[in-house]
Amino acid sequence: MEFTAVYKMPDSLSKKPFTYCPGCHHGIVHRLVAEVIDELGIREKTIIVAPVGCSVFAYEFFNTDGTVAPHGRATAVATGMKRARPDLVVFTYQGDGDLAAIGTAETIHTANRGERVTTIFINNAIYGMTGGQMAPTTLLGMKTTTSPYGRSPEREGYPVHMCEILKELKGVAFLARTKVTTPKDVLTTKKYIKKAFLAQTKDIGYGLVEVLSTCPTNWGMPPIKAMQWLEQNMVVEYPLGVFVDKVGEEK
Amino acid sequence: MKKVMMKGVEAIGEAAIKAGCRNYFGYPITPQSELTEYMARRLPEVGGSFLQAESEVAAVNMLYGASSVGKRVMTSTSSPGFSLMQEGISYIACAQLPAVFVNVVRGGPGLGDIQPSQGDYFQATKGGGHGDYRLIVLSPSTVQEATELTLLAFDLADKYRNPVLIFADGLLGQMMEPVAFEEKEITYDNSHWALTGSKNRPPRQVTSFNIDPYGLEKMNIELQKKYRQVEANETRYEEFLIEDADILIVAHGTVGRIAKSVVRMAREEGLKIGLFRPITLYPYPYDALSKAAQEKSLVLTVEMSSGQMLEDVKLAVCGKTKIEFYGRMAGVVPTPEEIFTHLKTLIRGQ
Repeated sequence: MEFTAVYKMPDSLSKKPFTYCPGCHHGIVHRLVAEVIDELGIREKTIIVAPVGCSVFAYEFFNTDGTVAPHGRATAVATGMKRARPDLVVFTYQGDGDLAAIGTAETIHTANRGERVTTIFINNAIYGMTGGQMAPTTLLGMKTTTSPYGRSPEREGYPVHMCEILKELKGVAFLARTKVTTPKDVLTTKKYIKKAFLAQTKDIGYGLVEVLSTCPTNWGMPPIKAMQWLEQNMVVEYPLGVFVDKVGEEK
Repeated sequence: MKKVMMKGVEAIGEAAIKAGCRNYFGYPITPQSELTEYMARRLPEVGGSFLQAESEVAAVNMLYGASSVGKRVMTSTSSPGFSLMQEGISYIACAQLPAVFVNVVRGGPGLGDIQPSQGDYFQATKGGGHGDYRLIVLSPSTVQEATELTLLAFDLADKYRNPVLIFADGLLGQMMEPVAFEEKEITYDNSHWALTGSKNRPPRQVTSFNIDPYGLEKMNIELQKKYRQVEANETRYEEFLIEDADILIVAHGTVGRIAKSVVRMAREEGLKIGLFRPITLYPYPYDALSKAAQEKSLVLTVEMSSGQMLEDVKLAVCGKTKIEFYGRMAGVVPTPEEIFTHLKTLIRGQ
């Protein structure tokens, strides 16, 4: 009898066990990125630039060359790599604190230059690794360890919408916001991630996919409830969809 | 070798290109913007890549990226910009990446001014960024020497996989002098450690991160071993008329050059003065200076700072010879005459 593998671990994952909390969405997104790298056949020329945050170890989970950038500087590091070796495929994997607070300048200018790099942006509205502090994307009223009375617009300002800011920049070739709470979302997210990589490999411009994600540990909720909370609150604040698509449909 | 007239910072840029540097990232700041402009003009002519970064913070991290894929890289800046790069330099040092930095030092602290200074000596030689790391620091005193040390900087950066700093100042950077470039074949190969894509080999990581303190300590021990090698092999200095000298002037960079004039003036008046000029500020030539200062009646340290290198001179001389200090700060350049006048006052007091 012959057997055909219909589901297996992607070659682009290193097989090192993930260190993420139960119910965290990093694992799902890592797998999707790895599947896309496999399908595009680019594993042997891909470099991951990990951030500072929960996914600081991301470069150990991928079966590719990799590094970890200073906090907020992943896209600057990726820019340097890509300018020096345009033949490589470079992607950054960043959280909301990294990409939308300390690294805002790098994010905006990398996108504006249309750097041929790809960014996976995990927005879980909180600082995970440092223990649940307020993020630039924390929702109004949301309690964190540094907004213990709830985020108020007078005190802490409004949640930052990165896709809505970046969509105005002409260097952006693919830009979408998604989630991975249902199987359908997972498939859509994979399609977006693929397009964000194609924006780079087809030499069109900068690609970014924002994934609304849970942080059950720091939100103080069990995983299922965290998924529901994401659906009921984050999706309302951060509308899903494709903001920029210069890649077009695959034939 | 054919000589050409070049401004200091432009000569450094041309030397970098001769050294095989094809990737430059930088942000404009006075008094070194001509170097950034030179690279913007020249790099496309030689098939290289110039990028004006959105900040010095971004520039140093672009350097990290371009170095990690194995290329020779350089940035240049001036004091406040160099402060902004310190975090990135610490990462580059820990990740053992070669990179060349040029700091055209200007008067500080704070926004300061845009005149020549050596006030970033502590920052350059004693850390600057966080953690136990070292920069190799080269201090040229002429435009010609700046070009030679720039070529050397790239070799040292690759050899030790460590950041190297050209410690210049606004005077050296802005003055024009005749320079000759040594034409030599440049080859370098960083493919044995660089992130080149994991084709036909296991994936590699370039990192300054290790969550396990014992693992991180091992990384630190490796760095320290490397620094001991650098100290043993790469210490450089110039001695000028020191053998019969009774008094030794210690000065580096532009001030070293000014002090040479002081030595000549003194010799014309029959005063036996010599000059010890450190070329590497790290590794500092402690042993050579210790030897040079033996049996002198006085060591005069002259700097364009409040006396930062003075601490290393004291460590070298170790109380065996009397040490005096003369310094100007904030962008004021001492003249040979004023240093000589001060020296004569000291001699009269002896």
